[in-house]
Amino acid sequence: MPKVLMKGNEAIAEAAINAGCLHYFGYPITPQTEISEYLAKRLPKVGGVLIQAESEIAAINMVLGASAAGVRAMTSSSSPGISLKSEGISYLVGCDLPAVIVNVQRGGPGLGGIQPSQADYYQATKAYGHGDMRLIVLAPSTVQEMATLTGEAFDLADIYRTPVIILADGAIGQMMEPVDFSERKPREIPPKDWACTGHGGTRKRNIINSLMLDPEALEKSVRERFERYKKIEETEVKYERFMTDDADIICVAFGIASRICKSAVTAAREKGIKAGLLRPITLWPFPKAAIAEAANTAKAFLSVELSMGQMVDDVKLACECRRPVEFFGRTGGVLPSPAEVTAKIEAIAAQL
Amino acid sequence: MVSKNEPILPQRKIIIVAGHYGAGKTNIAVNLALHMSSYDSVSLIDFDTVNPYFRAADAKEELIAAGVRPIIPEYANTNVDIPSLPPETASVFVGDGRAIFDVGGDEGAIALGVYEKDIKACGYDMIYVVNMYRPLTATPEDAVFILREIEEYSRLRFTGIVNNSNIGRETAPSDIIASIPYADRISELTGLPLLFTSILWDKGLCKNTIPRPFYIKNETKQLF
Repeated sequence: MPKVLMKGNEAIAEAAINAGCLHYFGYPITPQTEISEYLAKRLPKVGGVLIQAESEIAAINMVLGASAAGVRAMTSSSSPGISLKSEGISYLVGCDLPAVIVNVQRGGPGLGGIQPSQADYYQATKAYGHGDMRLIVLAPSTVQEMATLTGEAFDLADIYRTPVIILADGAIGQMMEPVDFSERKPREIPPKDWACTGHGGTRKRNIINSLMLDPEALEKSVRERFERYKKIEETEVKYERFMTDDADIICVAFGIASRICKSAVTAAREKGIKAGLLRPITLWPFPKAAIAEAANTAKAFLSVELSMGQMVDDVKLACECRRPVEFFGRTGGVLPSPAEVTAKIEAIAAQL
Repeated sequence: MVSKNEPILPQRKIIIVAGHYGAGKTNIAVNLALHMSSYDSVSLIDFDTVNPYFRAADAKEELIAAGVRPIIPEYANTNVDIPSLPPETASVFVGDGRAIFDVGGDEGAIALGVYEKDIKACGYDMIYVVNMYRPLTATPEDAVFILREIEEYSRLRFTGIVNNSNIGRETAPSDIIASIPYADRISELTGLPLLFTSILWDKGLCKNTIPRPFYIKNETKQLF
């Protein structure tokens, strides 16, 4: 298939269809509405179903129902709408149901604004719902990755029976870049023998439920789930390194911030500063080992985020205080400029 | 009489730039305004009620420097998520000079209904910006389907086609050449003339390969 020119939000929508997701439930919110806009035009042509639910809460519970019936299902929203979904996300985890949930982040807290943000990092990686739980969180930085990571999200969700979050931001959602949908090979998916597909009296019935009457049974189910999390942490970490081998100062940034950092690192190199970039693609599992290894040679780290500093905590934990970890960010919907980041790199270099 | 190698630029007072989401309308509208400002008094109206970012308002400084009067909604590029139209728009129908409307994609053309009578009274060109590399307008038939939808939304009729086929920064001259039969077919299906084919200045295509080339700059806001 030849390359096409798409908005990031449209790429997610088309990639979902390519992944066999024919069930979408959502409620419009800027800056992610193109996902449902695009699917509303495309899904009827491929035998799919789109429901504009009465609320975000209804949409996430429709995802739960569809997923329990064994089909691939997706919902998407932006920051305030995602907060509304958090109860449903926790129920999906408790039911061991796969689902893909897209957050095209905007500025917060509260109703906040409609301009791009990464201030939902804590929420996505630590607390998308109540209870002992983890979620796989993928952070695309290009329109191409919006497509490939959406396909990957559906596969990971089915393989590990867990909701997977695409943590994007308004800038990547709205900007246009070329996309090639043939770039990714699907993974092998285990049969969904747990799904409520109708047993016709031929097998024991399946029950999808997150209520456990016996504390011992609940503890056992949580421990089983954490065995799966352990496997995810061992095998599914993804990250990209850019000019890190000889770097004294390593920027750590994801999503749109990593694009800004690439320009800043290149500018710093032109000024003779050995800068590099480590870009987490999976925010959970976080690339702890890669950062710990980089700390063997780098002299300092700089976390760059569209927030007041959230991922910076995970960078500090990963390098175990062996190196100074600085932070630079803009928030409220303001994008840092490459020049601002370069200036921060220069300031750190002056202190080394 | 314009030769086949020259772009046909709109001649009427009101110029409406419309098309599918992401077809490149804003870039064409800003480039047209900058070009026409060398020989005419031009206003550019950011009439997009759909797009939260990447809009004509981003080029405000450059437009003013070129002598174009930008008319921009009060809340463009703010956190206010209420589509509003700039009240100064009404002034373009009574004053001298030309006015270019940069309209939002697809259903965004509904907003034109507010000024339908004024637009018709002044006389208008409505140009359909189309990109073969956008998936929902990838075939001439799909492109014409959306063209007809926009005519219904706006209650206005298109007067010409602009071929803006590109795949962003990766566009090769061969990609533009491959879009020529596509643009010709849309012209044939609708009976509307192909006004021009847009080409970024740095692509360096000679005039003999592309019919009616119109050289443009990338006016999209760069984030990194």
